[in-house]
Amino acid sequence: MIEAILKYEFLQNAFLSGAVIGIIAPLLGAFIVVRRLSLIADALSHVTLSGIAAGLYLGQTVPTMATINPLYFGMLFSVGGSLLIERLRSVYKHYQELAIPIMMSGGIGIGVIFISLADGFNTDLFSYLFGSVSAVSRGDFYAVIAIGITVLVTVFLLYKELFVLSFDEEYAKASGIPAKAVHLAFIILTALVISVSMRIVGVLLVSALMTLPVAAAMRVAKGFKQTIWLSILFGETAVLIGLISAFYLNLAPGGTIVVTSIVLLFAVILWKKDRN
Amino acid sequence: MEQKTVIDIHDVNFRYDRESVLEHINLSVPEGAFVGLVGPNGSGKSTLLKIILGLLKPKEGDVVLFGTPQQKFKDWDRIGFVSQKANSFNTGFPATVHEVVMGGLAKKMGLFHRPGQKEKEAVEKAVKAVGMELFLKRNIGDLSGGQQQRVFIARAIVSNPSILILDEPTVGVDRQNVESFYHMLTHLNKELGMTLLLVTHDIGTITDKVTHVACLNKYLHFHGSMKQFIQLDEQELSHLYGHGIRLLDHHHDH
Repeated sequence: MIEAILKYEFLQNAFLSGAVIGIIAPLLGAFIVVRRLSLIADALSHVTLSGIAAGLYLGQTVPTMATINPLYFGMLFSVGGSLLIERLRSVYKHYQELAIPIMMSGGIGIGVIFISLADGFNTDLFSYLFGSVSAVSRGDFYAVIAIGITVLVTVFLLYKELFVLSFDEEYAKASGIPAKAVHLAFIILTALVISVSMRIVGVLLVSALMTLPVAAAMRVAKGFKQTIWLSILFGETAVLIGLISAFYLNLAPGGTIVVTSIVLLFAVILWKKDRN
Repeated sequence: MEQKTVIDIHDVNFRYDRESVLEHINLSVPEGAFVGLVGPNGSGKSTLLKIILGLLKPKEGDVVLFGTPQQKFKDWDRIGFVSQKANSFNTGFPATVHEVVMGGLAKKMGLFHRPGQKEKEAVEKAVKAVGMELFLKRNIGDLSGGQQQRVFIARAIVSNPSILILDEPTVGVDRQNVESFYHMLTHLNKELGMTLLLVTHDIGTITDKVTHVACLNKYLHFHGSMKQFIQLDEQELSHLYGHGIRLLDHHHDH
């Protein structure tokens, strides 16, 4: 395996991107899960899909657009979608979860229109839906690195604000923490992580990488920091095992990564049950 | 010698639309006192608290905090507040007592600053002051309601405020733990010299703990030290209590 990675650039791109995503997706996931926002990740991934479909379509029809990585369109749509979700959540104050189906169906709807305009499915799109070991480009990898560094630095600097906001939003506001700005920064980061993660795990399964490792970690962790560390450990393990098995068995990595996460989750649940 | 006061309220009136909630309130909280603010539900206690905390503006009258008119007051971290809602947080949240109490320093440390040794020691001291030092590494969700409330008090006092304001802190705490909870408050007041303002609808449980009493029901019916309170003659007391007790039964009409 190591030999193959050293030899082939596409494997380097996939594994190094996967390694970074295995850290940042569960890291943000820990905050998302405790704030009960898990479904937002799902909605945003579908919005990202519409952006990528738009990018693929434009690449086909407008020659000057052909050189632009469709991932950037995905990011743009995802960030725009995250801001729109916030607006919708304040419009439907008492039914905040309504924002999710609105964005999800909107994302798929727009995506499907662009897909049909671009003359149906092709392998490229398939790799965005379920992830890919071979389709990750150097450019994708650089985007992952840039987003990865941004996420790590932001969470490091805003950790205590993010923690207080997640634990007790009322208290955060009452004690004078700039809750709105911190939340906005967080939701934009989430949108960016989702859009870069889908290259590896795919649109349909990206939210799983943000929630399943956290679900496992919460069963056994003492405290929030430990929850984060364990989530990263589980997430990273799932990504690496998933990518290796996807490579050897010629499968879409989205499937193998998520199945590995689920196996880990059940192992933790059973282990915990056994100990009680 | 004149005693310093922490909170001074002068002739405050407050109305929601046309409904008058507070009238001619004059209240002062002396430094180092343990003041019980007592009144039935709907007596304006929470409104008065919100006025003190600057969340509502009185229609008439002034509030003076630490000798500074409220409009000019900036040192809000000198006032610690434990709301009634403190026990409505998400109980499954995977955070230790240490992490929760550290949250009380977030504002004081300021953006981008990370806690160091000084903050760690402040957390340990606050947790010890509420008698929860053996639970530092435990998850908050694994504690009883009374223990959780102690942790929230530790979060409120960790930034070292001069006064701690508590809004019905024993709601959701089981009976046998209420006594030790008040014991802990007395410790904060007597040993650490923290001024306390406790809001409750239940006068019976606090009469032997507080140093001052204020009985509120739109008007301030009594305001003075506990000594003066127990020296009230039969008639005054029954007037006060009779009023209070009838209202405590929730049969009062608006």
